[in-house]
Amino acid sequence: MNHSSDTPILQARGIRKSYYKNQIELPVLRGVDVAFARGELSALVGRSGSGKSTLMHLLATLDQPDQGEVWFNGERVDNLHRRGRDRYRNHEIGIIFQFYHLLPELTALENVLTPAMISRSVLGYFRQRKSLTARAEAMLDRVGLLDRKTHKPCEMSGGEMQRVAIARSLMSEPQLLLADEPTGNLDTETGESILQLLRQLNTEDDLTIVMITHDDAIAERADRCYRMQDGLLVDRFENELANPTPVASNPTTASQQTRTSSAA
Amino acid sequence: MYRLLLCFRYLRTRYIALASIISVTLGVATLIVVNSVMAGFSAEMHERLHGLASDVLIECHASGGMPDPDAHLEEIRRIVGDDIEGASVSVHVPSMLGIDFNGQLITRHVNLVGIDAATYDTVSQFGRYLIHPENQKQVDFNLRESGFAENRENFPASGWHYRRARVAYERALDEERARVEAMNREVARLSNTLPHGTNEAAKTDDGLIEDESLHGETLDSDAPENLAAAGPSLGPLLPPELNGGATDGVAATFDPATEQYPGIILGISTCSNKLRDEAGNVRDHYYCRPGDDIRMMFPSASENPKVLNQKFTVVDLYESGMSEYDSTFAFVRLDQLQEFRGMIDPISGVKSVTTIQLKLIEGADLNAVRDALRKRFPPDQFAYSIQTWRDMQGPLLAAVRLETTILNILLFLIIAVAGFGILATFFMIVVEKTRDIGTLKALGASGSGVMSIFLSYGLLLGIVGSGVGLLGGILFVDNINAIAGVIERLTGQEVFDPTVYYFTEIPTILNPFTLVWVMAGAVAIATAASVLPAMRAARMHPVTALRFE
Repeated sequence: MNHSSDTPILQARGIRKSYYKNQIELPVLRGVDVAFARGELSALVGRSGSGKSTLMHLLATLDQPDQGEVWFNGERVDNLHRRGRDRYRNHEIGIIFQFYHLLPELTALENVLTPAMISRSVLGYFRQRKSLTARAEAMLDRVGLLDRKTHKPCEMSGGEMQRVAIARSLMSEPQLLLADEPTGNLDTETGESILQLLRQLNTEDDLTIVMITHDDAIAERADRCYRMQDGLLVDRFENELANPTPVASNPTTASQQTRTSSAA
Repeated sequence: MYRLLLCFRYLRTRYIALASIISVTLGVATLIVVNSVMAGFSAEMHERLHGLASDVLIECHASGGMPDPDAHLEEIRRIVGDDIEGASVSVHVPSMLGIDFNGQLITRHVNLVGIDAATYDTVSQFGRYLIHPENQKQVDFNLRESGFAENRENFPASGWHYRRARVAYERALDEERARVEAMNREVARLSNTLPHGTNEAAKTDDGLIEDESLHGETLDSDAPENLAAAGPSLGPLLPPELNGGATDGVAATFDPATEQYPGIILGISTCSNKLRDEAGNVRDHYYCRPGDDIRMMFPSASENPKVLNQKFTVVDLYESGMSEYDSTFAFVRLDQLQEFRGMIDPISGVKSVTTIQLKLIEGADLNAVRDALRKRFPPDQFAYSIQTWRDMQGPLLAAVRLETTILNILLFLIIAVAGFGILATFFMIVVEKTRDIGTLKALGASGSGVMSIFLSYGLLLGIVGSGVGLLGGILFVDNINAIAGVIERLTGQEVFDPTVYYFTEIPTILNPFTLVWVMAGAVAIATAASVLPAMRAARMHPVTALRFE
């Protein structure tokens, strides 16, 4: 495929998504166009209810948009058949969550190995077991938890669990990492270390990261920041500049913002 | 791979699921125990029935029987000779057994069988069930000295040894009676009263076929106190010096201490009772035993049958464990019975029999042989009934089969009920694991992959549950008699009543085929019960699952 550096690695085109409750339509995303450039650490910031999590789910093909398209590396992924989407999630991207979502029955190492196990048959896994374990250990080492590899999630702190989750998301060597509130459940200090780790991965491994957050302070740490409000992308600013430059600065923004917060 | 890993981990961490599988374990164990006991019972019964009945039985319903059995046998061998391993002829005749017990005549209806000792053992396992160990090897209609059932508790002393002691005691008793009588006469004479008409010493036993009225023997008040006197007292009261060479039929001199009547082997239940004593132990009470004399009354074979009344000496008892046989059969020598009944043609000397028994070679088709013989001896020309042993015991065997089938169905219903328990538990586990299911889907697991986690979990639980049940069941079956003993001691209730079943131990057979299909059935039910929850897990929407609290 066309992997030229000017093609955005991940692109959403005119995404609309509504939820229905008692036959009343609740629009969550109302036409979102966004493109994430390769190698950047971007942040999607917005209050709860702004639709950022839904957008991430659509970007990860965990859900399907009512309208619009999701493109990854110049390929449309939202309309792939189920197996294709499973493969996309397993191979092309890594996902981390606010609540880590480690499997409580498995050790840290086994959790990291899970994506590799999912993509392989029993035989295939056993054939490559050594190299896979080595890679999983390298990933754990990368996040600084190699000495905790036999520990279960319940024996770890939140920050450690999130590190394991990051190691797991890196297992299948993805080009893109989707992070849903990666620090949302952590104290400032631990969150800071997670952010540093993400930044490190971004710079050292050239990993594209899309991070979702409600915290402007965290969003400011990203290369690029997209503000979402009420199902729409309202701001886009780059953090190299001292002050964010609004993409569309119009007076309705402020009033929309208050509406959203009251709705939320 | 993650499927196996996860379901093994779930197995180790979800004890609630193990609890739900206990019912499967119990169901499997019960099924195995029931099946092996039923199989053991049925096999034991088959073996006994078969052992008693021979493979094919040709019975003639005419009172005179079928003449010239040798010609019949020749004809039979011509037709189905390839399949025949052994053949024996016998005479079956309905008769009445009379045992004198404490001065009373105990009568029983029995089937008197005249057997050819040389060939009878080749068609059935008759000898195996005799009490005397020597007779088990070779049947002998002569009374043996002693050694009857030495390993049996409470078996009364039997044989010549007992017979001599009894005769000696009776003689002593009679002498005493005669002495008392003589004294009474003396007293009567001295007191000028009329002498008594009774004269015990004059009473003679005038033959083997003796009159019924002779048996109203009176007992003096001093007689029954001794246990030895409780035995039969049919012994002829002859003075010892009149000892002579008495043979069959013709009377005269007969010394019971050294001679015997024709030998008879009685079914053990014809002359004994199983009763419980005060302590609750089952004890056999014998009305007569080897060494005693009894009488048989049976019809002669002539056109106008007369009742024959013949004395026999019990030489052994027969215990097969099948009450039907033990309580209705008595065996004597074929040639003697033929002679008594007049089944020997006086001119040609040809002897008649009523029954021909055939033993077929291993693997021969019973029904084919029976049908071939029926074709040769069609029922509209010959009054013969030709049956295999299965035909004769058909209702009994069918009843046992039906019972086994119904029990199996009921127990499988129990396992099916357990399946619904697994279903409910699995739904709970799936709900509990909702977020993990979302996570797995977010990591790229397919719906079928998630489904197979829970399916293999169900399979694994089924294997563990029924495996434990299998082991438990086998252990139970192996120690079933010990367990029955413990239950008896705990509850005071006899689990396996030997007065009812005739088995001292519970027979069991572990059939590997049964084990396999019970196991497979239980595993299939457990797996089937996990299908619905697994499908629910597979259909779960990843976003909803991830958000699940």
